[in-house]
Amino acid sequence: MMKIDKDKLLIGAAGPVLALVSSFVLTMLVLLATGLDPIEPIQLMIENAGYADIQVLIINQTGIYYLAALAVAIGFRMNLFNIGVDGQYRLAAMLSAVVGASVELPGPLHILLIVVVAALTGAFWAGIAGILKTTRGVSEVVSTIMLNAIATSLIAWLILPKNLGVQPEGSNDLTTGEIAESGWFPGIDMGQGNGEIYGFTFVALALGVVYWFTLNRTRFGFDLRATGESESAAQASGVDAKRMILTSMLISGGLAGLSGMPTLLGDTHTYSLSFPVGVGFTAITIALLGRNNPVGILFAALLFAFLDKASSSLDVEGYPKEITQIMQGIIVIAVVVSYELVRRYGTRRQQQKVGEELAAGGAIKTDKEVSA
Amino acid sequence: MSTGTVAKPSAAPKKAGRRKLTWPWILLIVAAGLVLFSLVRVISGADDLTSVGQVSGALQLAIPIGLAGLGGLWSERAGVVNIGLEGMMVLGTWFGAWAGYQWGPWTGVVVGLLGGAIGGLLHAIITVTFNVNHIVSGVAINILAVGFTQYLSNFTFGEAEGGSSKQSPRIDPITDITVPGLSDWLMDLQQKHWFLISDIAGILGGLVTNLSLLTVVAILLVPATWWVLWRTAFGLRLRSCGENPVAAESLGVNVYKYKYIAVTMSGALAGLGGAFLAIVSTGIYQEGQTGGRGYIGLAAMIFGNWMPGGMALGAGLFGFTDSLKIRGGAENVHALLLLVAILLVLAAAWQLYKKKYVPAVIAAVFAVGFFLWYALTDQVPSQFVDAAPYITTLLVLALSAQRLRMPKADGLPYRKGQGK
Repeated sequence: MMKIDKDKLLIGAAGPVLALVSSFVLTMLVLLATGLDPIEPIQLMIENAGYADIQVLIINQTGIYYLAALAVAIGFRMNLFNIGVDGQYRLAAMLSAVVGASVELPGPLHILLIVVVAALTGAFWAGIAGILKTTRGVSEVVSTIMLNAIATSLIAWLILPKNLGVQPEGSNDLTTGEIAESGWFPGIDMGQGNGEIYGFTFVALALGVVYWFTLNRTRFGFDLRATGESESAAQASGVDAKRMILTSMLISGGLAGLSGMPTLLGDTHTYSLSFPVGVGFTAITIALLGRNNPVGILFAALLFAFLDKASSSLDVEGYPKEITQIMQGIIVIAVVVSYELVRRYGTRRQQQKVGEELAAGGAIKTDKEVSA
Repeated sequence: MSTGTVAKPSAAPKKAGRRKLTWPWILLIVAAGLVLFSLVRVISGADDLTSVGQVSGALQLAIPIGLAGLGGLWSERAGVVNIGLEGMMVLGTWFGAWAGYQWGPWTGVVVGLLGGAIGGLLHAIITVTFNVNHIVSGVAINILAVGFTQYLSNFTFGEAEGGSSKQSPRIDPITDITVPGLSDWLMDLQQKHWFLISDIAGILGGLVTNLSLLTVVAILLVPATWWVLWRTAFGLRLRSCGENPVAAESLGVNVYKYKYIAVTMSGALAGLGGAFLAIVSTGIYQEGQTGGRGYIGLAAMIFGNWMPGGMALGAGLFGFTDSLKIRGGAENVHALLLLVAILLVLAAAWQLYKKKYVPAVIAAVFAVGFFLWYALTDQVPSQFVDAAPYITTLLVLALSAQRLRMPKADGLPYRKGQGK
């Protein structure tokens, strides 16, 4: 028994290791092909990560990615592709910022209101795709892509000064107005101008624990995973698959909505046109890399945050920092391909093992027959 | 008689009716649409709706969408979902511009096409050989293509004269053709703003004025695709891989080979769309130039029920809404509200005739809503126009998802020898 577990562990670790090694090698090849030093940029990035202010940036970014990736992962466990995390995240950040700026409540209530509005908005936007899937059979991939684009237009319209937006004096950027200080999530000041760690990062980690518990220790989580593995089998055992699809889409959207909160509550305190975009797409990669496992996703989010934030000074040294984006793309492909290869290898190995055992059993039998 | 038996025959003739969509019917529908359009133009006074410039603009904007849609069609007909079209288009814009500004536009077109094909080939390797989920691979290719082109721009356009790391130097234009005489005559006719005649003149004029040679090539690719996929043995085999790869394999079709060809071709077409954007539409490569057109192309293909003709119609529609917006179309789009309202009234009448009262009432309510919107406002926010293609696609999907039929094995994993 012990030995099989070791095998499983080895095979489980082989995927990520193979992926990371091959993507680093490929990135080096890209650098070499363009006539640059393949080692120095990576050295520089590791050096950068040694500074406290960059570390704070990395940790903050990790929290954002972690939430968004959890949103994607819960869909993946259910065999749903929520490509719309990005749209849900932006729309939720925008509307919750509007609500947050228009009211003033005592501290915790104010924050709670903003967070609830964000989660509900995200869930609502994802719910459209969920309802279209359950009632009309529309693929969630296509509908969420469409909803992303619609969210972009909707935000562009809503943020006009004649609607909900505010234009600060002397600036071209449109915002939703500043949230009063009672709605700021307290962070941990790292001192010496190193910046603050967003308080919401810890909420993100807590949600990771909730994610693990719900999926692995509750009836709902079991139903969800079962439906993801085989919808018909789950249906046969009494799970309402349609309800599961809608519920998980709503949860996914809610989490996506929350992923804008670290930035909104901890840093900008307003939604503007310069609010970071594309988080939802990076999150898909992170969820894949972390194999939808809460701990795996945490490490993957950390890696991507590192690639994002530690690369900021590469430009100064004469290396295009887009190299990190290439790395991210290569990592996804390397990850999915190497997981597949490892899975095939694992299956083959298992088959061989069983075959050997059978052959060995057969050999003993023949031995017995010979001796008899 | 139970309701079940009633429902069945009523569904069957409907299906037969759909299949009987023959040329006379199509022409009749087009003619009716034109009359309606013309009516709306006359009532609202939005004379730019069918002007020569409008139509030729719409055509130019529809081409990249249509090429991406054709790319999607090739790939999905062979059973591979391709949401990497956007990334392949990005590769097309970059490679097209890179070769275009150095060695002339036509070289640019070819290199852009090859650039897209490389993206397609990568998608084929990942999805066909390694059997990875198609969506995952597509997302990865989109990320990779953007990173790769931005990275390379630093070394190429960044160092070139007249370029920067965000955009390429200017590319020489491809020859435009304008049919002499005819074009002017049609334009004159259009400017008289007569009912129907001027509209037809405007549309025809748009199709013969300032027509880039690449546009002609792109338009011809639609019937060419139809012919190759539906009228040749090669096309039959390719489509069989998208419908039932195991059965195809049992008949001796090399499924992997056909999937590889289809997906590479898909990338090439998307790349051509990208090259068109860079070389014909703007004459320059700009970062983020594709602006989600790959996704709209995909939407156009689904809108068109995985058929080339329908796809072209969808692309045309999306190109038209784009063009309305670009030509300061607050007024034009406002006129379209009236068109939508009239269409909804017709739909309500049709549902009433079919004795389906609930949909009829819903359509009527929406029609009234659009009428009020038209009557009470002067223009439509441009952001709504931006969203129009996407909302249309969602509506089409919501209303007819059950009637759309995608290739049966589309997006499903397949491994050689699976059927044994």
